[in-house]
Amino acid sequence: MMFIAFVAQTLRIAMPYLFASAGGVVSERAGLIALTLEGYMLMAAFCAAIGSYFADSPWAGIVTGVLGGVATALLYGLCCIRYRANQVVVGIAINLLAIGLTRFFLRLTFDSSSNSPRVAGFTETGTGFLALAQNPLVWLGVFALPVVGWVLYRTPFGLRLRAVGEHPGAALSVGVPVDRVRWMAVALSGALAGLGGTYLALDQHQFTDGMTAGRGFIALAATIFGRWEPKLVGIACLLFAAAETLQIQLQGAQVVPSQFVEMIPYVLTIVALAGVVARAVPPAALGKVNE
Amino acid sequence: MIRLTDIHKSFGPVRANRGASLNVATGEIHALVGENGAGKSTLMRILSGMFQPDAGRIEVSGREVTGWHTADAIRAGVGMVHQHFMLVPTLTVAENITLGAEITRRGQLDLGKAQREVLALVERTGLVVPPQHRIAELTVGQAQRVEILKTLYRGARVLILDEPTAVLSPQEVNELWRVLRRLRDEGEGGTIVLITHKLDEVMAISDTITVMRQGETVGRLKTSETSPSAIARLMVGREVVLAGRMSGNRKSEIGNGPMDRPDPHSVLEVKDLTVASSRVGNAVDRVSFSVAPGEILGIAGVEGNGQTELVEAIAGLRQPTTGSIHMAGTEITRASVRDRGDRGLSHIPEDRHERGLVLEYTIADNLILGQQHRFTKRWILDTARIGAHARHLIETYDIRPGDPSLPARALSGGNQQKIVIAREMGGARDFNVLLAAQPTRGVDVGAIEFIHAQLRAARAAGKGILLVSADLTEVLALSDRVAVMYGGRIVAVVPGASATAEQLGSHMTGAAA
Amino acid sequence: MNRAKLEESLLPPIVALLIALLVGDVLILSFGQSPAAVYRLLIEGTWGNAYGFGQVLYKATMLTFTGLSVALALRAGLFNIGAESQLAAGGFAAALLGLALPTGLPSLLVLPAYVLAAGLAGGIVGGIPGILKSRFGAHEVITTIMLNFIVLALLNYLISTRFKVHDTLHTAEIQSGRLPRLSEIFPAFHGSAANMVLLLALVVVAAAWWFLFRTRAGFELRAVGLQPAAAEYAGVSVGGVWWRAMALAGAVAGLGGLNYVLGYKHYYEEGFSAGAGFLGIAVALVGRSHPLGIVVAAVLFATLSQGGLAVNALVPKQMVDVLQAVVIISMATAVPEVRRAMLAVRRGIAERAKPAPASAGPASGLSA
Repeated sequence: MMFIAFVAQTLRIAMPYLFASAGGVVSERAGLIALTLEGYMLMAAFCAAIGSYFADSPWAGIVTGVLGGVATALLYGLCCIRYRANQVVVGIAINLLAIGLTRFFLRLTFDSSSNSPRVAGFTETGTGFLALAQNPLVWLGVFALPVVGWVLYRTPFGLRLRAVGEHPGAALSVGVPVDRVRWMAVALSGALAGLGGTYLALDQHQFTDGMTAGRGFIALAATIFGRWEPKLVGIACLLFAAAETLQIQLQGAQVVPSQFVEMIPYVLTIVALAGVVARAVPPAALGKVNE
Repeated sequence: MIRLTDIHKSFGPVRANRGASLNVATGEIHALVGENGAGKSTLMRILSGMFQPDAGRIEVSGREVTGWHTADAIRAGVGMVHQHFMLVPTLTVAENITLGAEITRRGQLDLGKAQREVLALVERTGLVVPPQHRIAELTVGQAQRVEILKTLYRGARVLILDEPTAVLSPQEVNELWRVLRRLRDEGEGGTIVLITHKLDEVMAISDTITVMRQGETVGRLKTSETSPSAIARLMVGREVVLAGRMSGNRKSEIGNGPMDRPDPHSVLEVKDLTVASSRVGNAVDRVSFSVAPGEILGIAGVEGNGQTELVEAIAGLRQPTTGSIHMAGTEITRASVRDRGDRGLSHIPEDRHERGLVLEYTIADNLILGQQHRFTKRWILDTARIGAHARHLIETYDIRPGDPSLPARALSGGNQQKIVIAREMGGARDFNVLLAAQPTRGVDVGAIEFIHAQLRAARAAGKGILLVSADLTEVLALSDRVAVMYGGRIVAVVPGASATAEQLGSHMTGAAA
Repeated sequence: MNRAKLEESLLPPIVALLIALLVGDVLILSFGQSPAAVYRLLIEGTWGNAYGFGQVLYKATMLTFTGLSVALALRAGLFNIGAESQLAAGGFAAALLGLALPTGLPSLLVLPAYVLAAGLAGGIVGGIPGILKSRFGAHEVITTIMLNFIVLALLNYLISTRFKVHDTLHTAEIQSGRLPRLSEIFPAFHGSAANMVLLLALVVVAAAWWFLFRTRAGFELRAVGLQPAAAEYAGVSVGGVWWRAMALAGAVAGLGGLNYVLGYKHYYEEGFSAGAGFLGIAVALVGRSHPLGIVVAAVLFATLSQGGLAVNALVPKQMVDVLQAVVIISMATAVPEVRRAMLAVRRGIAERAKPAPASAGPASGLSA
């Protein structure tokens, strides 16, 4: 029983990571650095809270949440695809923008600097898997990475996306509309990460300031640690989430300080990038949306 | 069938095409020839839809298609094989070939069928490649076959090849010619445009020839009715003496492989040097030679046969895997770049925009690049001395404009190269050995003469010079001895006085191996 | 600096500011306020009185350190996203040193020790990604971001388990080497955090300029940033410059910690950096990675930050967070556009064509 509860809790914690890292894979495999996942999630969480609050329906929240993520992603696309701006700079700025905008409109809409009122979410009864299974977003989250994997490796769009992220010149030379593929990838990554943010807001039945709390970067870490392969990325998400779960459940025991558990994803990612064991090699055209 | 009329295309200040025209008939192999930078590739990229012309008209099969895009060109059966391969290294052969024209079954990729179709195409054309391998695992020759298959798979009836033989072995070249003829003669007839500057290829394979010079079309000839010297005249715009072709029988001593008698008085000696390639295998394979004081040793060869790696290994920019390098008897195989410079090694790199200059730096700063440690007082740059040094070199080498505070970017190619020459050969530089890689590439005629005079003067002053050039005339004009590199090895060493272009040419293509 | 170069440096920041003002108008109007009134209040609350101005100076000091840190890395061709944690590490190290020192030592005597401690701590945090980059090719953007989280978590652990004063997230106050606030010299600044570390910042700015443009190491560092292949040709170890530049960048960011620990609160407190590390990226960008430009940009962003507090009565202070992000985004987007446009104009008047460069990438490249 303990174990099942552990797995259920892990899955719950992993949910935003699964969504956002699916977005991370799509974006980075197309050559666009996914520093923006945090911003997409935060904007989506806020938009989801707004939608769910005013329509009093979590389904409306999903729609507005996804739209919020996509809109933020399109801004990234506008700067970095249309105007070829530096992805790192714009990426960092979009995260700052998301923090600023959500705070500003939190004040404007709910006259609060900390959180929104309670919004509608999906009602869960019972505990463990039984509770989880009643949340339709959980089902989406479980399938997000497998679907991304299927798209990448089994569809023409996925083949083109991989080609664009590795060698855009080659894709262009055979008539693949490179920029259109990038736009679609960026929008899709915004939608996926947006679902991650939406999940957070609906799960907690409110928006709180800065509620993503670095989850977008953990998702990025999972994307890199999982070597941009959907399967491995999924495992990385679950691994990171399991560590968090363990830490929560052992909190009383003080075995390992929580701060060290927090570090795990980041340390593993650096280790993977430095290639102490089989180096993680990013898509060749990552960050280089050239002329 | 294909008619390009009065095409103009500029990139910033560079006028790549100015009124170029081209007529190609169906079922012929058409050679588009011209020197480096004549605008051949640009014209063909316009035809294949990669670039849009600034002015001019393109017709294919009687239909005006001016300003079309790659996808339109592909649909109309026009495909281009680029000099730098347009292949995704992480994807398989079959995936690369079908990219953009994917085979699907109910929305999903059907990779099995893609492989079968590629195999069928392989069989029909004789271009053998394993369809399930990733591009990264192929040899250069195989990768080129994939490129050709890629265009054929898209139903190309017009095949444009940009310098296809630069990377091929002689066997592979012959194989390519066989395939091209087969494509031309097959069915209703394929049309092939071959971009090249090698006249032996032109004579061997083409039916018709268009010659370009400085962005313009300067002649259209039937191969059967012309001669290499007539084409060469059109290419360079003046009478040229193709010494080799005029007197093909002049016999000379050709050294077999590496020289075995190292000169004890040599200023540079390279022994059994092997340098790994960035792809597979060795770029430089057990090369040995020595350069005597007051000697210019010319290295001839088709580009990409290991010359770049050889020069970089001697300069200290690449670690050799085996072998040794000595300067005046001292081993420098593991010495740092700076150390080699201090021992009297000067280096004119082949790529001045990437290596030879920091384009944003001023002329004065570029004139101390690589010697910055000699212009300091305790780590602090001695600006007064740097300024005086710059003014002196600008005057001696007539660098224009002569304002030392201008960025190098603002100068013409010839004057940029003068900065490099001045820095490596002039002023306080006390060198014994000069590595001159493509020293006159992309510079105007006046600057070429100036640079050649500098090299001769350095020889007269007793310096040892290793001259690497893709320009055979240059190698022949300057070298005391000529070594030919092919496939990473020195396949022949010939005294400069008796060397002929034809002889060297046959070694360069591996034909005389 | 000639006229064209000056235009090229000034135009993009101005364009970016105008765009930000426009976005600001929209936000202000959406809150039902008058943009003119808000902007007037913003100016009055910052440059209009000594306290506000003092706050601007304090924040500008912090941003000068972090902006300079990002700029030094940028000059070597690297992105230092880690200034946030380098700054925190510098502050923490300074506080630890302060707690270890006996009381009552004269400030000027211990100042070098503080500079060394803060610089060393920041330098280590910055140097790690530098070494990972030059040794293993690990991308510094990712490693510095990840290291931010790691270092901040580590500091949090140290503070919460060992060094904190009960019920707070800060250390005890240091007794030695405190630097005076400006208000002790000019009483009008009363209450503002501006302090003598400001002078240290200016010294570091001058030193950075001198280092970049007058020393051999600076010459080599800039060459690596502009054209690594040319630097290698010039006998420079590119990897060596990479890690040294990152360590130096980290050290400069670390010095920013003194602004808080020596000059303001006299203890290390979690979160004192308040995003100054990330804003340093904006400062470096707007300041065009030039030490003097960075001072101007730091004052500009400090004015915005402080101005946000000043206008909070009319519109949420978060408006300025948005404006700061908009400035970065439009700088990043407008700079290449403006540059390209200006290059095209200048090329048009250039009489001589330069030969076609060797094909730069798969999708560009002219006739070979």
